[in-house]
Amino acid sequence: MNDHEKYLLKLYITGHTPRSERAIKNLRRICEEDLSGHYEMRVIDILEQPQLAEDEKILATPTLIKALPPPLRRIIGDLSDSEKVLLGLDLLVQSHPSLQGK
Amino acid sequence: MSNEPTKTPVEKLCTGIEGFDLISQGGLPKGRTTLITGTAGSAKTVFAAQFLAEGILKSSEPGVFVTFEEHPSEIRQNLLSLDWDIQAWEEQNLWRFVDASPQPGHEAIEAGEFDLGALLARIEYAVRTIGAKRISIDSLGAVFTMFNNASVVRSELRRLSAALKSMGVTTVMTAERTQEFGEIARFGVEEFVADNVIILRNVLEGEKRRRTIEILKFRGTTHQKGEYPFTVLPDLGIVIIPLLAIELKQRSSDMRVVSGSPEMDRMCGGGFFRDSLILVSGATGCGKTLMTAEFIHGGARQGEKCLLFAYEESREQLLRNANGWGIDFVALERNNQLRVVCAYPESAGLEDHLISIKREIDSFKPDRVAVDSVSALERVGSNRGFREFMISLASFVKHREIPGLFTATTATLMGGPSVTESHFSSITDTIILLRYVEMLGEMRRGVTVLKMRGSKHEKDIREFTIDHQGMHIGKPFRNIVGILTGKPVYLNTENADRIAGMFND
Repeated sequence: MNDHEKYLLKLYITGHTPRSERAIKNLRRICEEDLSGHYEMRVIDILEQPQLAEDEKILATPTLIKALPPPLRRIIGDLSDSEKVLLGLDLLVQSHPSLQGK
Repeated sequence: MSNEPTKTPVEKLCTGIEGFDLISQGGLPKGRTTLITGTAGSAKTVFAAQFLAEGILKSSEPGVFVTFEEHPSEIRQNLLSLDWDIQAWEEQNLWRFVDASPQPGHEAIEAGEFDLGALLARIEYAVRTIGAKRISIDSLGAVFTMFNNASVVRSELRRLSAALKSMGVTTVMTAERTQEFGEIARFGVEEFVADNVIILRNVLEGEKRRRTIEILKFRGTTHQKGEYPFTVLPDLGIVIIPLLAIELKQRSSDMRVVSGSPEMDRMCGGGFFRDSLILVSGATGCGKTLMTAEFIHGGARQGEKCLLFAYEESREQLLRNANGWGIDFVALERNNQLRVVCAYPESAGLEDHLISIKREIDSFKPDRVAVDSVSALERVGSNRGFREFMISLASFVKHREIPGLFTATTATLMGGPSVTESHFSSITDTIILLRYVEMLGEMRRGVTVLKMRGSKHEKDIREFTIDHQGMHIGKPFRNIVGILTGKPVYLNTENADRIAGMFND
């Protein structure tokens, strides 16, 4: 990973439900472990800012959007499946042979 | 559903879709969700969009359109052809899209539990912002294809349905089905989203497409049962033909109107009844168009407005023929006493013909109507479609309380029944038969009043001739039987006397 590459992650949730809290916690843990310091994480509550969900055309919550670096990626769910999250964030290329071919 | 007070009847919301409010007995159940299901191309999206458009046009009710399939720009463009300017409505906050259509590059990875809370929030937000009363969701099947986890989608749609109910909006959801007759919808959505189900069909029947709508169920309220034909018109959208849902409450009038021929008036006991349907049946060339022309001419002489639909001849042909009988259609049209509508039967489906006939009648407001011939339309639709067309046309004309003269061509030259007769004779009040009669190597023409409801009429078969002044009805045929069946047999005087004698004891 390029040290200068900064990650911009937007997490859309609908209210502070247990599922939302789980997603925030999971994302924070993954970021700390794999992106230490090189990320900016924004949590957007759709119930408060529905227009933002409209703009991004979000259907499912929680939705994580990797806005930067390109390519843009969307991951939905409470992010409990860490490997899929890493795959979605393009952090998983060689290190996890179990996911090869998926 | 269960905690509603049972004593409150289900209110209905007038949709404004032509014919629908009749067959649904007042519209869609208000504040509830109705599922519209149909195969590909069955006009589900048009129905969903029209539900909103009519709300805006007829009762200024704002609406939200949730699209899972087509992009809003496509919908805007498609509906422009129906003269609905969605963009203008959006600017006036009368229409709002919730765009849930597939976005390129938005394919999401599913990493754990999720729900469709964002979608719900967006819908609620849109409803709140414009104060929507109506929502259309198109289509549910597409939601299932967006996510791998069908059980989540199912439970979320159930939640959406409940949320819509609590918002008090009336909702139309569409869902696709794979067969015209089979399971109600894919993914079994009807099980969990809607108390009310409507099926749109687009069936291939005898090489012709026939669209129908059927209200399968309305929970807690009534509706008309069975399928009703509909069509999609470029300027009106869906128009449903209510057929028998039209109340048959026409009055029976004792007033007589002229048939156009004094002899015919005499045969009918003083003319046709004002609000009656007259069927003139006969082989090709035996005088049906002439009777039609005389019917028109007779009405026009009394100062009536006449409307003529011609499906067998071109306008020029018709005007020329009428001229040959001494009737000037052009002059009558100039005086606004006549309107001739010529159409080629194959130019449209039966439903479209029916609607255009209705529109002409509504706009011209004639005192009498003639259709020459209805049997020309037979070949446009299926047998069943034609029967429905005839019934609908008949009840529509009767409703106007004006006389309607319809002609039907028999299949064989010498007589016999036609399909039109078999579908139509029970709803007509008067049936007049025109027949060729072969007599001593010569072709003559015969006319008889077969039936006339509520009146005495002559039972004779009379001979008639045609010349440059029209139709002349003469003396009855005597000593000849079997004219109607097309197999005339001559009786000598002795036999005729014997048969006459059989009935006097």
